[in-house]
Amino acid sequence: MIPTTHYLYLSLALFTIGIVGVLTRRNVIVMLMSIELILNAVNINLVAFSRAYGAVAGQVFAIFIITDAAAEAAVGLGIILAFFRNRETVLADEMDLLKW
Amino acid sequence: MEFVSHHAILVVSVVKIAVLLFIVLTALAYLTWFERKVVAHIQSRLGPVFTGPHGLLQPLADGLKFMFKEDVTPPGADRFVYVLAPLLSFSLAITALALIPFGPGTISILGQQKPLAIAHVSLGLLFLFAITSIGVYGVALAGWSSNSKYPLLGGLRSSAQMISYEVSLTLSVVGVLLMAGSFDFDSIIQSQSGRWLGFIPRWNLIPQIVGFLCYFTAALAETNRAPFDLPEAESELVAGFHTEYSSFKFAMFFMAEYANMITVSCLATVLFLGGWLSPLSSSWHWAWYLPSLLLILGGLATIVDGIWKMRGLARVILPFMGVVLIAVGLLCTRPGVIGVVQGPFWFLLKVFFLLFFYVWARGTLPRLRYDQLMDFGWKLLLPVALANLVITSLVVLLVNR
Amino acid sequence: MTLPILLFFVFAGIAVGGALSLIFAREPIHSALALILVMVALAVLYLLMGAGFISAVQIIVYAGAIMVLFVFVIMLLNAGVENRTQHSIMARWLGIPLAVFLIGDLAYWMARGAHALPLAERSGSLAAGPVSTQDLSLHLFQSYLFPFEITSILILIAVLGAVVLARREP
Repeated sequence: MIPTTHYLYLSLALFTIGIVGVLTRRNVIVMLMSIELILNAVNINLVAFSRAYGAVAGQVFAIFIITDAAAEAAVGLGIILAFFRNRETVLADEMDLLKW
Repeated sequence: MEFVSHHAILVVSVVKIAVLLFIVLTALAYLTWFERKVVAHIQSRLGPVFTGPHGLLQPLADGLKFMFKEDVTPPGADRFVYVLAPLLSFSLAITALALIPFGPGTISILGQQKPLAIAHVSLGLLFLFAITSIGVYGVALAGWSSNSKYPLLGGLRSSAQMISYEVSLTLSVVGVLLMAGSFDFDSIIQSQSGRWLGFIPRWNLIPQIVGFLCYFTAALAETNRAPFDLPEAESELVAGFHTEYSSFKFAMFFMAEYANMITVSCLATVLFLGGWLSPLSSSWHWAWYLPSLLLILGGLATIVDGIWKMRGLARVILPFMGVVLIAVGLLCTRPGVIGVVQGPFWFLLKVFFLLFFYVWARGTLPRLRYDQLMDFGWKLLLPVALANLVITSLVVLLVNR
Repeated sequence: MTLPILLFFVFAGIAVGGALSLIFAREPIHSALALILVMVALAVLYLLMGAGFISAVQIIVYAGAIMVLFVFVIMLLNAGVENRTQHSIMARWLGIPLAVFLIGDLAYWMARGAHALPLAERSGSLAAGPVSTQDLSLHLFQSYLFPFEITSILILIAVLGAVVLARREP
């Protein structure tokens, strides 16, 4: 039996790595992937608590988060595609115009 | 010996994996031979005849050729991903087979009762889809890492095709799940036991005929087989995502395709054709001798063919194979063996039948154009699968009420 | 060390290693591969927690659908290697201490709050048992039916949004 705190520390590590990724990377696609990593870290917490308390709600919300992640990825990548068509770049620091 | 008894579950699993791997790899090799022979006869040709009697050594020759060819890596290719892609394709295709149950009940190995499958998972179907859904990466990454435009276009095309048809494939199966009320392969098969009107087996094929047709069509596209073999449309894309691959890496893609064919046929057998259940009434005792009968007749035919038609070494080898077949057939009539053989026999017979359909489709149907393929998948197959799902759930609800 | 604990550390290690290579890889497709590795490792961890359904959904939806989308877009754009810039001095001298502070702070509060978890959990016995797939589906389609339906509308909006955004102007 693995203690719940183990899972919480793992989730913490992934969460922090995800935040560092969002803040330091310039490629928007990688930033989006880091956000997915953060959502995954949250999911670990939900499932771990669901097991610790024997509550189903945690797993239900894990499913909701997975569906939300799918929606987010679809819209986010759509924006990136549209942007790439106009500016030929996916680097965040080159996205510096308010209009074109 | 103490180690063996202590870790019996590990040892048994390793033995089962080794046996299944051996059988599957041999079956893969001879599936290529079978396909070439059948397609050849459909097109009024002879197919492989020179290597061995009836070209039976052709798979061996092909294997040797693949192994000894020069292994070329195109310049500018991403080496890590380039090597990873075929490995991923092949290992995932093989892994999926671990979940398929080949027979009912258990057999005893090393004093342990084990099911006739490598892993018995209660969420079997979900995990099978989980494994096959990752298979797309093999194709996509192979196309990208080759650093060449034809593989890139082919990879994009076939991965788009695989994702599109995966939706229909999954939806067409949900009807069966609703009828069985379980993800477990054993329960799904058990739910198909019994008969209508006393003689028609209660397989899902009859109530779910629409689902089966959707499944089979989507499966053809999912495994990149004709008439949906767009990535191999030689005239436009050279050879699709594996254009730049040679030698054993190419062989891995090749084997992955055939392994996927086998997996998909096994799944169709479990879901729609009653798995290991016999189509014949269980009160007919002579039906138990069918596997032996088939093997013995095959053995006799091989002996006759070898002695009358062949010359040279084949005149010795073929009768020898015939004798082996007859011996195995006689072994299958033994009291302890005859019960175990029934399940796998019917299962493999059904899988073989479906594989023949695969080859038949390739030999008969012309290839679709890419836009036709996408239209067909999204505008016809998906709505039909959805409608089938809605109607099935309504009927299941009304019947259970 | 029992087998579950060993498995936990192996796959947690794979997950953290994958996450690190996600943010350090310069080729976007290597980042995507690293993230897929993280997701598969997490699926195994869910299985260890007895959450079989979440585990399968994690692989089918995350690894099999969302990440395919990412790989697809990366292949389509073929944007290439991202070079590091040395523009920001603040990022270098403040970023690392801040990241360390963030993780330390969170870990501190987590360690302090660990005693609030159910007692049976810490003593090592199974507290409440894993949630079965049947329980999960009953809750999803009865107690949480409304959020579930809202989610489907969200997905529909996302699909429409993606189509509108990615469509080429006629």
